[in-house]
Amino acid sequence: MFGAGGGTSSYREVEETDMIILWGSNARETHPIFFHHVLKAIHNGARLFVVDPRRTVSAQWADGWLGLDVGTDIALANSVAREIIHAGLHNREFIERATTGFAEYAASVEDWTLERGEAETGVPAAMIRELALTYARADRAILCWTLGITEHHNAADNVFALINLSLLCGHVGRYGSGLNPLRGQNNVQGGGDMGAIPNKLPGFQDIERDAEARERFRQAWGVEIEPKYGWHLTQMFAAMERGDLTAAYVIGENPAQSEADAKHTHELLEGLDCLVVQDIFMTRTAQMADVVLPATASWCEAEGTVTNSERRVQRVRKALEPPEGARDDIEIICDIARRMGHDWNYASVEEVWDELRSLSPIHAGMSYARLDELGGIPWPCTSEDDPGAQFLHARLWENPISGPPAPFFVVEHELPVDRLTDEFPIRLTTGRRLDSYNTGVQSGGYTSPLRRSESLDLSPEDCEQLGVEEGERVQISSRRGTVVAPVRVDPTLRPGLAFMTLHFPDDVQTNVLTIDATDPKSGTAEFKASAIRVEKLPLPQTDAAPGRVALPAR
Amino acid sequence: MSAVPVTLRRTVELEIDGEAVRAREGETILGACRRSGLDIPTLCFGETLTPVNACRVCMVEVEGSRVLVPSCARKVEDGMKVKTASERVRHARKMVLEFLGSSVDLSTTPRADEWMAEYDARPERYGPPAPPAAEGERDRAQAGHHHAGDGQTAATVAQPVKVDNELYVRDYAKCILCYKCVEGCGTDWQNTFAIAVAGRGFETRIATEYAVPLPGSACVYCGNCIAVCPTGALMFKSEHDRRAEGTWDESQQTQTDTICPYCGVGCNLTLHVQDNTIVKVTSPLDHDVTSGNLCVKGRFGFQHVQSRAPKGV
Amino acid sequence: MDLRIQDQTATAVEREAVDAVLGPPESGWVGAARTTTDGHFAVGGHAARSERHLLLPVLHAVQARAGWISPGALGYVCRRLTIPPAEAYGVASFYALFAMEPRPPVVAHVCTDIGCMCRGSDELVAELQRTVGPAGEHPGNGHAIWLESPCLGLCERAPAVLVTEAGEDPSERSIAPASADDVAAALAGRVPERMTPEPVAQQGSPDVRLMRRFGVVDPESLDSYRSHGGYEALRRAFALGPAGVIREVSDSRLLGRGGAAFPTGRKWEAVARQPVRPHYLICNADESEPGTFKDRIVFEQDPFSVIEAMTVAALATGCEHGYVYLRGEYPLAWERLVNAVTLARRHGFLGENIMGQGMRFDIELRKGAGAYICGEETALFNSIEGLRGEPRNKPPFPVDSGLFGKPTVINNVETLVNVLDIVLEGGRAFAQRGTEGSTGTRLFCLSGSVERPGLYEVPFGTTLRALLDMAGGVRAGRELRSILLGGAAGAFVGPDMLDLELSFEATREAGVTLGSGVVMVFDETVPLAPVLLRIAAFFRDESCGQCVPCRVGTVRQQEALLRLVSDRPRGSVEDELALLDEIARGMRDASICGLGQTAANAIESALRGLRPFRTEAVS
Repeated sequence: MFGAGGGTSSYREVEETDMIILWGSNARETHPIFFHHVLKAIHNGARLFVVDPRRTVSAQWADGWLGLDVGTDIALANSVAREIIHAGLHNREFIERATTGFAEYAASVEDWTLERGEAETGVPAAMIRELALTYARADRAILCWTLGITEHHNAADNVFALINLSLLCGHVGRYGSGLNPLRGQNNVQGGGDMGAIPNKLPGFQDIERDAEARERFRQAWGVEIEPKYGWHLTQMFAAMERGDLTAAYVIGENPAQSEADAKHTHELLEGLDCLVVQDIFMTRTAQMADVVLPATASWCEAEGTVTNSERRVQRVRKALEPPEGARDDIEIICDIARRMGHDWNYASVEEVWDELRSLSPIHAGMSYARLDELGGIPWPCTSEDDPGAQFLHARLWENPISGPPAPFFVVEHELPVDRLTDEFPIRLTTGRRLDSYNTGVQSGGYTSPLRRSESLDLSPEDCEQLGVEEGERVQISSRRGTVVAPVRVDPTLRPGLAFMTLHFPDDVQTNVLTIDATDPKSGTAEFKASAIRVEKLPLPQTDAAPGRVALPAR
Repeated sequence: MSAVPVTLRRTVELEIDGEAVRAREGETILGACRRSGLDIPTLCFGETLTPVNACRVCMVEVEGSRVLVPSCARKVEDGMKVKTASERVRHARKMVLEFLGSSVDLSTTPRADEWMAEYDARPERYGPPAPPAAEGERDRAQAGHHHAGDGQTAATVAQPVKVDNELYVRDYAKCILCYKCVEGCGTDWQNTFAIAVAGRGFETRIATEYAVPLPGSACVYCGNCIAVCPTGALMFKSEHDRRAEGTWDESQQTQTDTICPYCGVGCNLTLHVQDNTIVKVTSPLDHDVTSGNLCVKGRFGFQHVQSRAPKGV
Repeated sequence: MDLRIQDQTATAVEREAVDAVLGPPESGWVGAARTTTDGHFAVGGHAARSERHLLLPVLHAVQARAGWISPGALGYVCRRLTIPPAEAYGVASFYALFAMEPRPPVVAHVCTDIGCMCRGSDELVAELQRTVGPAGEHPGNGHAIWLESPCLGLCERAPAVLVTEAGEDPSERSIAPASADDVAAALAGRVPERMTPEPVAQQGSPDVRLMRRFGVVDPESLDSYRSHGGYEALRRAFALGPAGVIREVSDSRLLGRGGAAFPTGRKWEAVARQPVRPHYLICNADESEPGTFKDRIVFEQDPFSVIEAMTVAALATGCEHGYVYLRGEYPLAWERLVNAVTLARRHGFLGENIMGQGMRFDIELRKGAGAYICGEETALFNSIEGLRGEPRNKPPFPVDSGLFGKPTVINNVETLVNVLDIVLEGGRAFAQRGTEGSTGTRLFCLSGSVERPGLYEVPFGTTLRALLDMAGGVRAGRELRSILLGGAAGAFVGPDMLDLELSFEATREAGVTLGSGVVMVFDETVPLAPVLLRIAAFFRDESCGQCVPCRVGTVRQQEALLRLVSDRPRGSVEDELALLDEIARGMRDASICGLGQTAANAIESALRGLRPFRTEAVS
C-alpha cells in the first residue's frame, strides 16, 4: 500500500500490539502459525476483534466478533469511521501531517450512522461502536485481512476502506501499528516482489511511470522495456473470451479448478490455440495442455527464495533429488529463452538472485550469506549493513513527512453482484480448512485425521427448515450451475449463510457455483459471495430444476 | 517516536562452582551454566517453553537455600553462589534418574544411559517392574485411590501404546510427565488444549478429556507436542513404524532448512531426509517465525513430492 | 477460544446445577437458545476466559446434583466458562471427591487414616466389608457405596465417616464416632443427623484466648458474636490505621500457625508495600494434615472471628478481595461459614463502606474437593484459579506474585484469629504470653490414645507432658508408645520426649516440628508398622504428581516399607533402611514443595527413633 505491495508490520509487532483486528481472515485455520503470534498478543493482554460472516475458530478467540453480512465490509468500515470521527477520536495531527483527502472522506462517511451500519451489515450498532472506539483508543493497533476482503468484485475498494481506518487513527507507520494482508500462498508476496504482476518490474518499480528503472533494466537485459502494463489474470480470461489471447504458459497454477465459474473457465482454456503447463503434477489444467513441462518442487527440490507476509525474504533449499525428467524452473525458463534466441546462462541460482539485487533497490542488501545468517531479511533492505525494515512507512511519523502524503480514498458500499432472490435465497461463501489447501493438489497427498470430504455447511436452522440431516446429500444450485454435496450442520453459521471449500474439486466442483464477477482494479473474482438454492434429494418429480445441468465430474 | 523499542538489560555477577560468571539479568542459572560450558542434564526444560521445573534433574545447590533449586527456572542474582556438582546435587540427580528409570521406559530418551552412568543411577535396585497396566486402566484411575502391591515389584507407567490415528503414536509407557507437550499444545504455543495433565500422584497422566481417542479430541495434528517430547513417548507414526521395522537410521539422515510450501506465513521447515525420502519435518527453535512450531500442513503435508508414480492420468 | 466440546449433551438437571451457580447463559454461543442476533455478534475473549476461577464451585455443583461429572456436564461447564474440556477434565480428575465415572448418589467416605486407626477404624472397615461388601463396589440396590478416605479431620471423635448424597436436595453429613450400623443405615438411604459439635474441654476457662467464645457464643448469630466482644478489634484497627495494625502485629512477633512459622508482620508489610494492585487476602482453611482439626472447630464454634480477623488483615494490607478456602470434608463448618459471611455482608461488616469507615472488602468462599496438596499455599492459588492444585515453584513468593499473579497475603485460620487479640491488647502485651521465640498461645489437636481427645489451647512453652495431662493422659489401661507431633509431615517421638517444651525453638532444636498442632498418641495396642504404611499410602495418594522426586519417591518409599513390613526385604533390612534414607534425601532436596520435602519425615523419624524393624545389628 502507498506504493509498495506488502504488509507493513512484522510478526514480532503483532505480539506486542494492543489491539488486533482480523477482517475477513480466519487465520487460526488458514495462517495457523501467524495466529500463534496473535495468541502471544492475546496472552500479553491485547484485544482481538474479528470481522467475518462466520463465527470462525479465529472469531471464537475474539473479544468481539462482528458477524457482518457477506459483502458489507465497506458499509461496516464506513460506519466505524463515522463513529470514530463523531466521537472526536480521529487522529487530527496525523491526518493533518501525513494524509490528503480527509474532508472528502469524512463527508462520504457522514451518512453511515450506526443505525444504517447495523441495517446494512446486520451487526448490532453497539458492537460497531465497540470496535470503533477500541481501535481509535488503542495506542498500538494492527489490522489484518485476507481473502474475505479481496475475493470480492470490489476487492480494491474493500482494501481502501480498511486503509482509510488506519489513516484515520494513525495506526500505520509506527512500531506495533500497521496494515497486514496475510498472503495465502507461500510466495504470493515474492511473486509480486519479483515483478510477476502486470504493472511492476521487480522491486515494485512501475513499468509505465518509472523511466529510470526501465533504463536500468534495459542496460542489464539488453532489451527495451515497453512502458506498458500487462494483463492480470481476469483480464487474461477476458482477452481469451475476446480472442485476443490465444496462447498461455501456465506455471504452477491450476486455473481449470481454481477459477470461479469453472464451466466457463474450462471452455476458455479449451479454446486456446496453445496451452503450455509447467508443474510438478499432471493437474487438471495440465491434462488440457498441448505441452507439459515437468518441473521440480520449488520448496524442496530446488534452490531459491520466497517472501512471506511480513516481507521477509527467506531461502528455500534443495533437500531431495527430483524425479527423473523433472527440471528446475530456472533451467526450463532459460532453455526456452535460448530457443527464443536469448542466451540466458547462469552458473547458479544465486547468480540469478544477485542480478535481481543489482536491479531491485529494496533487495540490494540481501546476499545469500546474509539471508542465511539472519534467517531471512524483510524488504526494503538497501545495503549490506541494512537489517531490513521491521515496519513500513515510518516516514509518515516524521515531521514533516518525507515523500508524498497518504491519500484517503472515498469508497462506496456495493452489494455482491450475485444477488439473493427468492429463487437463490442462500448466501454461499467459500474458504479453506486447516488441513487442506486450495484445490488439494498438494494437501491431497497426505492423510489427515481431520479431513472430511467436501460438504455444504449450513446452519442448524436451515437444515431443520430443509428437513435435512448431517451427511445427507443435497442439490446446490446457483445461477451458473448445480452440484450435489452432503450437508454438514455447522452452528458457527447463521440462517441464510452457507459455506463450502474448494479443496475437493474432483468430488464436488464448488467453482461451478461461484461467480466470476471480478474486481476491475485487482482482478480478483468474487469467490466469497454466490447466491444459491439448496434442495433436498430426490427432487420432487414434477418440479424439475430450471435448465441447468450438473457439470460431469470429469 | 516510531522507532523499534529497545530493552535494556543489566549484567549480574555470580559464582558457579567457584568461578566468577557474568550473566544477563533475567537469565536462568541453567543458561549461565551452559554458557560457561557446564553440562547440566535436563528433561522437562525446553528453550521455547515456560519452565515447569517438574523433572528436577537440573537441580543445583544455591548457597542460602534450604533445598536445591531448579536451574532451568531460577533466575540468576547478583552475588549468588551456585554449586552444580556437590554431593547433594549428585544425589538428587541420581535419585531422579533412578525414579524415572525404574518407572518409565527411557529406551528412546537421548543421553539417558550416559546420565545413568555418570550419576551411578541403578534403577534396578527397586526390584523388577510390575506388570504393565491394561489398556485404559491408568486413564480411569481415581484420584486418592491406588492399589498398592506387596512392594516386591516396582510400580511403573507401562501400558499399551495408543495408536488411534495415522499421524501420531502416543506411547505413555515412555512418558516422564515433563509437561512439555501440554505446554506446546496449550498456552505457550498452539492454544488448542487437546491434552492436559489429568489425575493425580503416580496415576497422573497426559490425557484428552475422558481419554477420548485423539480423532475425537480437539487435536489439530500440528505435531508441536511431538516436537518437544524429550523421551519419544510422542512420535510421528512414520518414525514409529520405521523404528519398528528397523529402517529408522538417523546416521543416514540429512537435515535441510527450507520454507513451507503452503500459506504465506513463511514457516521454516527442517526436512529430515533418508534415502531421498522425507521422513520427518521439524522447525528450528531459534527462528522467530515459528519458534519450532508448525501446523498440520507444514508438518505432514509433504507426501505430494514423494508419490513418484504419475498421478491422475 | 475455539473449544471443541464432546457431542454428549448435559442433562437438564446438570444444566440447572451449573446455572444455579453461574446464572442463566447469556447467548446462544454459551448454551442459551440461539437467536437471530447471536448470528451477528458475540463477545468473549478476555472476559470469557477470566471466569475460570468459578470452575471448582461449578464442579462441586455438578457432583452434588448428579453424583458424578459426566462428559455432557463437563462440556456444558466448559462452554459456560470458556475452558478447554481436556483442561477441565485435568482439574476435575485431580480431586478425590469428584467422580469421573458414574457413581451411586450416596457415598460413605470412611476414614482409614492414622487417627481413626487408633480408635477402631480397622474394625469398622472389617465390619463394612463383611456386611456391605468391599469398598467401591455397589451393594445390592446400586444406590450407595462406601470408600476408604484419608483423614476427615474429625480425629477427636474417631472413627469418622462423611456421607454425601447427590441429588435434587444434596446433603453432606459427618458421622463421628461412627459405627458400622450408622454407615449401613446411611447406605440404606437414611440421611444422617446433622452433627452436633461437642464442647471443648477448656470451655469457660479463663486461660484460653482463641477459644474464649467457644460454647459461649451462638456461632450462627452475628448479634451474639457482637455481644461477646465481636468487632471490637476491627473498630480498634480502624483507629490504628493500616500502618498501626501492621506495627502491632510485628510487635507481637506472631508466627504463622500453618506449619512454616513465618513472621506474620513481615508478610503483611511486604504485601502492604506492593504498588501492584489488586492485593488478595486468603484464609487457608484447607487443613488436611492427618490429625488436624483445629480450623474445623474454629469455624464450627466461632466463625465470625475469622471474618473479623480477615477484615483487619485486609485493612492492614490493602486488600479488597478475600477468599476462605475450606477443605471439602467439613459440612458443618462450611454451613456456619456461609451463614456468617452472609450475615456479615448483610449488616455492613463486609462489602462497601464497612462500619462506615469507607473500607471496601468482601470474601468469596471456596470449598476444597479432596486434595491435601491444596493446603500448600501456591497449590491453593491454582485451585482457586480453576487450575490443577499443583504447587508453583518459589520464587516468586506470594507476597510478590500470588493469586492471579498479584501480591497475596495468605494466612492460616489460627494465625488470623490471633490478630484480634493483638489489635485489642497491643502487640507487646500479646508477646508477653508464650516464650521468647514463640509468642502467644497455640491450638493443639489431641487425638489417638488419650483419655479426652480434642482441641486444647496452651501458651507456647507448655510441655508435652502437661498437654497430655490436660487431656487426661493415655487412655486408661494403655501404655504410651509414641506420639506423632505435627502430623504426617511431622515426626514421631517416644515417651522419653514428654518433657519437650512446645515452642518453635525447642522443637526445632529437638529436630521435630509443631506443624499444624497435631499431637497424636499411640499406645501398645496400635502396631506401628501399619501406621507407617498408612502414612506412606497417604503421601502416595496425595502427591500431586507434578515433580518426579515426590511422584515416584512416595511410591518407592511405600514399596520399601511394604517389603519391610512383610519381612521380605530386597537384601538385608539395613539395605532397605539405607534405601529409604536415600529416597528421603532425594525427596527432601529435590521436590517442588513441602509435601515431597516432608513426605519421609514421620516415617524416617519412626525408623530411626522407634526401630520397628529388626536389623542384624540389633539382633
